[in-house]
Amino acid sequence: MARFEIYVTYKKGIFDPPGATAERALVNLGYDEVASVKIGKYIQLEVADGTPSERVREMCDKLLANPVIEDYRIETVGEA
Amino acid sequence: MRFGVVRFPGSNCEQDVVHAVNHLGFDAGYIWHGDTSLEGYDAIVLPGGFSYGDYIRCGAVARFSPVMAEVVRFTEAGGPVIGICNGFQILTEAHLLPGALLRNTGLKFVCKPTHLRVEESACQWLDLPADTVVSIPVNHNEGNYTCDAETLRRLRDNGQVVLRYCEPDGSRAEGGSAPNGALDDIAGICNEGGNVFGLMPHPERVVDPVTGGTDGQAFFTAIARRLAEVR
Repeated sequence: MARFEIYVTYKKGIFDPPGATAERALVNLGYDEVASVKIGKYIQLEVADGTPSERVREMCDKLLANPVIEDYRIETVGEA
Repeated sequence: MRFGVVRFPGSNCEQDVVHAVNHLGFDAGYIWHGDTSLEGYDAIVLPGGFSYGDYIRCGAVARFSPVMAEVVRFTEAGGPVIGICNGFQILTEAHLLPGALLRNTGLKFVCKPTHLRVEESACQWLDLPADTVVSIPVNHNEGNYTCDAETLRRLRDNGQVVLRYCEPDGSRAEGGSAPNGALDDIAGICNEGGNVFGLMPHPERVVDPVTGGTDGQAFFTAIARRLAEVR
Protein backbone atom coordinates (compact mmCIF):
# COMPACT_ATOMS: atom_id res chain seq x y z
CA MET A 1 0.00 0.00 0.00
CA ALA A 2 1.13 3.53 -0.71
CA ARG A 3 0.58 6.12 1.94
CA PHE A 4 -0.24 9.80 1.58
CA GLU A 5 -0.67 12.47 4.21
CA ILE A 6 -3.00 15.33 3.41
CA TYR A 7 -3.12 18.68 5.21
CA VAL A 8 -6.28 20.73 4.69
CA THR A 9 -6.24 24.38 5.76
CA TYR A 10 -8.42 27.39 5.15
CA LYS A 11 -7.46 29.57 2.21
CA LYS A 12 -5.76 32.85 2.96
CA GLY A 13 -8.38 35.42 3.91
CA ILE A 14 -10.92 32.87 5.19
CA PHE A 15 -11.49 33.44 8.90
CA ASP A 16 -10.68 30.39 11.01
CA PRO A 17 -12.76 30.67 14.22
CA PRO A 18 -11.15 27.74 16.14
CA GLY A 19 -7.67 29.03 15.21
CA ALA A 20 -8.49 32.56 16.32
CA THR A 21 -9.89 31.25 19.62
CA ALA A 22 -6.80 29.14 20.30
CA GLU A 23 -4.64 32.15 19.45
CA ARG A 24 -6.46 34.37 21.99
CA ALA A 25 -6.39 31.62 24.60
CA LEU A 26 -2.62 31.14 24.26
CA VAL A 27 -2.01 34.86 24.60
CA ASN A 28 -4.29 34.91 27.66
CA LEU A 29 -2.20 32.09 29.14
CA GLY A 30 0.83 34.34 28.93
CA TYR A 31 2.33 33.17 25.64
CA ASP A 32 2.79 36.69 24.36
CA GLU A 33 5.01 35.48 21.55
CA VAL A 34 2.07 33.82 19.78
CA ALA A 35 1.31 35.73 16.57
CA SER A 36 -1.06 33.36 14.77
CA VAL A 37 -2.73 29.98 15.13
CA LYS A 38 -4.41 28.20 12.24
CA ILE A 39 -6.26 24.93 12.76
CA GLY A 40 -6.82 22.53 9.89
CA LYS A 41 -7.33 18.85 9.16
CA TYR A 42 -4.82 16.05 8.83
CA ILE A 43 -5.79 13.03 6.76
CA GLN A 44 -3.90 9.73 6.41
CA LEU A 45 -4.73 7.99 3.16
CA GLU A 46 -3.68 4.50 2.15
CA VAL A 47 -4.17 3.48 -1.46
CA ALA A 48 -3.09 0.68 -3.77
CA ASP A 49 0.55 0.76 -4.86
CA GLY A 50 1.13 2.69 -8.05
CA THR A 51 -1.82 5.06 -7.49
CA PRO A 52 -0.81 8.29 -9.23
CA SER A 53 -0.82 11.41 -7.06
CA GLU A 54 -3.18 12.90 -9.66
CA ARG A 55 -5.88 10.52 -8.35
CA VAL A 56 -5.25 11.68 -4.79
CA ARG A 57 -5.56 15.30 -5.91
CA GLU A 58 -8.87 14.41 -7.52
CA MET A 59 -10.09 12.88 -4.21
CA CYS A 60 -9.15 16.11 -2.44
CA ASP A 61 -10.91 18.35 -4.96
CA LYS A 62 -14.03 16.22 -4.97
CA LEU A 63 -14.54 15.32 -1.32
CA LEU A 64 -11.72 15.73 1.18
CA ALA A 65 -11.37 19.49 0.72
CA ASN A 66 -13.67 22.24 -0.54
CA PRO A 67 -11.65 24.31 -3.04
CA VAL A 68 -13.99 27.25 -2.44
CA ILE A 69 -12.63 27.75 1.08
CA GLU A 70 -9.74 25.34 1.59
CA ASP A 71 -6.23 24.63 0.33
CA TYR A 72 -4.56 21.27 0.73
CA ARG A 73 -1.06 19.86 0.62
CA ILE A 74 -0.35 16.23 -0.23
CA GLU A 75 2.76 14.50 1.05
CA THR A 76 3.84 11.11 -0.18
CA VAL A 77 4.97 9.08 2.81
CA GLY A 78 5.79 5.82 1.03
CA GLU A 79 4.79 2.31 2.01
CA ALA A 80 2.10 1.81 4.59
CA MET B 1 -49.07 21.21 -5.99
CA ARG B 2 -46.85 18.60 -4.37
CA PHE B 3 -43.67 19.33 -2.45
CA GLY B 4 -41.00 16.61 -2.29
CA VAL B 5 -38.90 16.63 0.87
CA VAL B 6 -35.61 14.74 0.66
CA ARG B 7 -34.59 12.56 3.59
CA PHE B 8 -30.86 12.08 3.98
CA PRO B 9 -29.47 9.90 6.78
CA GLY B 10 -29.29 12.47 9.58
CA SER B 11 -31.93 14.88 8.29
CA ASN B 12 -34.13 15.96 11.20
CA CYS B 13 -36.36 18.77 9.93
CA GLU B 14 -38.13 16.91 7.14
CA GLN B 15 -41.26 16.23 9.21
CA ASP B 16 -41.47 19.91 10.14
CA VAL B 17 -41.38 20.86 6.46
CA VAL B 18 -44.06 18.32 5.51
CA HIS B 19 -46.21 19.51 8.41
CA ALA B 20 -45.71 23.14 7.38
CA VAL B 21 -46.72 22.69 3.74
CA ASN B 22 -49.65 20.45 4.73
CA HIS B 23 -50.73 23.15 7.19
CA LEU B 24 -50.69 25.62 4.28
CA GLY B 25 -52.93 23.32 2.27
CA PHE B 26 -50.37 21.69 -0.02
CA ASP B 27 -49.53 18.07 -0.58
CA ALA B 28 -46.08 16.76 0.34
CA GLY B 29 -44.16 13.51 0.28
CA TYR B 30 -40.81 12.19 1.46
CA ILE B 31 -38.07 11.31 -1.01
CA TRP B 32 -35.40 8.86 0.15
CA HIS B 33 -31.85 10.02 -0.59
CA GLY B 34 -31.24 6.79 -2.51
CA ASP B 35 -34.16 7.40 -4.88
CA THR B 36 -33.40 8.21 -8.50
CA SER B 37 -36.68 9.76 -9.56
CA LEU B 38 -38.42 12.99 -8.65
CA GLU B 39 -41.47 12.22 -10.71
CA GLY B 40 -44.70 13.60 -9.33
CA TYR B 41 -43.07 16.47 -7.41
CA ASP B 42 -43.40 20.13 -8.37
CA ALA B 43 -40.91 21.58 -5.91
CA ILE B 44 -38.08 20.01 -3.92
CA VAL B 45 -37.05 20.83 -0.36
CA LEU B 46 -33.67 19.83 1.10
CA PRO B 47 -34.41 20.02 4.83
CA GLY B 48 -32.27 20.82 7.84
CA GLY B 49 -30.41 18.37 10.01
CA PHE B 50 -27.03 16.72 10.18
CA SER B 51 -26.80 14.66 6.99
CA TYR B 52 -24.09 12.01 7.34
CA GLY B 53 -23.21 13.39 10.76
CA ASP B 54 -21.77 16.54 9.17
CA TYR B 55 -18.60 14.49 8.60
CA ILE B 56 -15.81 15.98 6.44
CA ARG B 57 -17.86 19.17 6.01
CA CYS B 58 -21.59 19.85 6.39
CA GLY B 59 -23.29 18.58 3.24
CA ALA B 60 -20.07 17.24 1.70
CA VAL B 61 -21.24 13.61 1.65
CA ALA B 62 -24.95 14.23 1.06
CA ARG B 63 -24.20 15.95 -2.22
CA PHE B 64 -23.12 12.57 -3.60
CA SER B 65 -26.37 10.83 -2.60
CA PRO B 66 -28.02 9.23 -5.65
CA VAL B 67 -30.99 11.60 -5.46
CA MET B 68 -28.72 14.64 -5.88
CA ALA B 69 -28.01 13.84 -9.55
CA GLU B 70 -31.78 14.09 -10.07
CA VAL B 71 -31.97 17.30 -8.05
CA VAL B 72 -29.28 18.82 -10.31
CA ARG B 73 -31.26 17.78 -13.42
CA PHE B 74 -34.46 19.17 -11.85
CA THR B 75 -32.82 22.55 -11.24
CA GLU B 76 -31.37 22.64 -14.76
CA ALA B 77 -34.91 22.23 -16.09
CA GLY B 78 -35.92 25.26 -14.03
CA GLY B 79 -37.55 23.27 -11.26
CA PRO B 80 -37.79 25.04 -7.90
CA VAL B 81 -35.49 23.78 -5.12
CA ILE B 82 -35.12 25.23 -1.63
CA GLY B 83 -32.41 24.21 0.82
CA ILE B 84 -32.96 25.08 4.46
CA CYS B 85 -30.02 25.09 6.89
CA ASN B 86 -28.24 21.76 6.20
CA GLY B 87 -30.07 21.85 2.84
CA PHE B 88 -28.37 25.17 2.08
CA GLN B 89 -25.02 23.65 3.00
CA ILE B 90 -25.71 20.72 0.65
CA LEU B 91 -26.62 23.11 -2.20
CA THR B 92 -23.30 24.96 -1.82
CA GLU B 93 -21.31 21.71 -1.64
CA ALA B 94 -23.13 20.55 -4.80
CA HIS B 95 -22.17 23.85 -6.48
CA LEU B 96 -25.82 24.63 -7.13
CA LEU B 97 -25.21 27.80 -5.12
CA PRO B 98 -21.90 29.69 -4.82
CA GLY B 99 -19.83 30.13 -1.66
CA ALA B 100 -19.64 28.02 1.48
CA LEU B 101 -20.88 27.96 5.09
CA LEU B 102 -18.19 28.04 7.75
CA ARG B 103 -18.28 27.54 11.48
CA ASN B 104 -20.01 30.40 13.33
CA THR B 105 -17.45 33.04 14.32
CA GLY B 106 -18.49 32.83 17.98
CA LEU B 107 -17.83 29.05 17.95
CA LYS B 108 -21.28 28.60 19.48
CA PHE B 109 -24.29 26.76 18.14
CA VAL B 110 -26.84 29.51 17.55
CA CYS B 111 -30.52 28.73 18.18
CA LYS B 112 -32.80 31.77 18.34
CA PRO B 113 -35.24 33.91 16.38
CA THR B 114 -33.52 36.32 13.99
CA HIS B 115 -34.73 39.34 12.09
CA LEU B 116 -34.25 39.11 8.35
CA ARG B 117 -34.59 41.78 5.72
CA VAL B 118 -35.98 40.77 2.34
CA GLU B 119 -33.75 42.09 -0.44
CA GLU B 120 -34.66 42.90 -4.04
CA SER B 121 -33.80 39.59 -5.68
CA ALA B 122 -34.48 37.13 -8.48
CA CYS B 123 -35.72 34.51 -6.00
CA GLN B 124 -38.89 32.72 -7.13
CA TRP B 125 -39.54 31.26 -3.70
CA LEU B 126 -40.29 34.52 -1.98
CA ASP B 127 -42.25 37.45 -3.24
CA LEU B 128 -42.42 39.57 -0.16
CA PRO B 129 -41.68 43.18 -1.04
CA ALA B 130 -38.08 44.32 -0.63
CA ASP B 131 -37.28 45.73 2.83
CA THR B 132 -39.93 43.60 4.54
CA VAL B 133 -38.57 42.45 7.90
CA VAL B 134 -39.49 38.94 9.04
CA SER B 135 -38.65 37.02 12.19
CA ILE B 136 -37.49 33.46 11.59
CA PRO B 137 -35.44 31.21 13.89
CA VAL B 138 -31.95 29.94 13.10
CA ASN B 139 -30.54 26.73 14.51
CA HIS B 140 -27.00 25.99 13.36
CA ASN B 141 -23.29 25.72 14.07
CA GLU B 142 -22.06 26.36 10.52
CA GLY B 143 -24.04 29.29 9.14
CA ASN B 144 -21.21 31.71 8.55
CA TYR B 145 -21.62 32.37 4.84
CA THR B 146 -18.50 33.21 2.88
CA CYS B 147 -17.40 33.59 -0.73
CA ASP B 148 -14.63 35.40 -2.60
CA ALA B 149 -14.91 39.09 -3.53
CA GLU B 150 -15.73 38.38 -7.17
CA THR B 151 -18.57 36.01 -6.21
CA LEU B 152 -19.95 38.56 -3.74
CA ARG B 153 -19.93 41.20 -6.48
CA ARG B 154 -21.86 38.85 -8.79
CA LEU B 155 -24.36 37.96 -6.04
CA ARG B 156 -25.07 41.65 -5.48
CA ASP B 157 -25.16 42.62 -9.18
CA ASN B 158 -27.45 39.75 -10.18
CA GLY B 159 -29.90 40.16 -7.31
CA GLN B 160 -28.94 36.83 -5.77
CA VAL B 161 -28.82 38.01 -2.16
CA VAL B 162 -32.34 37.18 -0.99
CA LEU B 163 -32.17 37.69 2.79
CA ARG B 164 -29.87 39.56 5.15
CA TYR B 165 -29.75 39.38 8.94
CA CYS B 166 -30.81 42.74 10.33
CA GLU B 167 -31.99 44.63 13.39
CA PRO B 168 -35.73 44.65 14.27
CA ASP B 169 -36.18 47.93 12.32
CA GLY B 170 -34.52 46.51 9.19
CA SER B 171 -31.25 48.38 9.63
CA ARG B 172 -27.92 46.58 9.79
CA ALA B 173 -25.69 47.05 12.81
CA GLU B 174 -22.23 48.44 12.37
CA GLY B 175 -20.00 45.41 12.55
CA GLY B 176 -22.80 43.21 11.25
CA SER B 177 -26.17 41.90 12.36
CA ALA B 178 -25.47 38.24 11.56
CA PRO B 179 -25.48 35.95 14.62
CA ASN B 180 -22.88 33.75 12.93
CA GLY B 181 -20.43 36.21 11.33
CA ALA B 182 -21.84 35.74 7.81
CA LEU B 183 -20.23 37.87 5.12
CA ASP B 184 -22.33 40.93 4.27
CA ASP B 185 -24.96 39.67 6.77
CA ILE B 186 -26.06 37.13 4.16
CA ALA B 187 -28.75 34.71 5.41
CA GLY B 188 -30.03 33.42 2.07
CA ILE B 189 -29.06 33.45 -1.60
CA CYS B 190 -30.45 32.15 -4.87
CA ASN B 191 -28.93 31.09 -8.17
CA GLU B 192 -29.03 33.37 -11.21
CA GLY B 193 -32.27 31.80 -12.41
CA GLY B 194 -33.93 32.37 -9.04
CA ASN B 195 -35.25 28.79 -8.88
CA VAL B 196 -32.63 27.48 -6.43
CA PHE B 197 -32.81 29.12 -3.01
CA GLY B 198 -30.72 28.38 0.06
CA LEU B 199 -31.13 29.92 3.52
CA MET B 200 -29.91 29.20 7.03
CA PRO B 201 -33.11 30.23 8.94
CA HIS B 202 -36.01 27.78 9.27
CA PRO B 203 -39.24 29.20 7.76
CA GLU B 204 -41.00 25.83 8.28
CA ARG B 205 -40.94 26.48 12.03
CA VAL B 206 -43.03 29.64 11.82
CA VAL B 207 -46.08 28.86 9.71
CA ASP B 208 -48.50 28.49 12.63
CA PRO B 209 -49.06 30.97 15.50
CA VAL B 210 -48.92 27.96 17.84
CA THR B 211 -45.15 27.78 17.29
CA GLY B 212 -44.47 31.48 17.49
CA GLY B 213 -45.39 33.17 14.25
CA THR B 214 -46.45 32.98 10.64
CA ASP B 215 -43.60 34.81 8.91
CA GLY B 216 -42.43 31.56 7.33
CA GLN B 217 -45.61 31.04 5.30
CA ALA B 218 -44.52 33.29 2.43
CA PHE B 219 -41.56 31.00 1.78
CA PHE B 220 -43.85 28.17 0.69
CA THR B 221 -46.95 29.92 -0.64
CA ALA B 222 -45.03 32.01 -3.20
CA ILE B 223 -43.68 29.04 -5.13
CA ALA B 224 -47.07 27.31 -5.08
CA ARG B 225 -48.81 30.39 -6.44
CA ARG B 226 -46.12 30.84 -9.08
CA LEU B 227 -46.39 27.25 -10.26
CA ALA B 228 -50.18 27.50 -10.36
CA GLU B 229 -49.86 30.59 -12.58
CA VAL B 230 -47.52 28.84 -15.01
CA ARG B 231 -50.05 26.05 -15.57
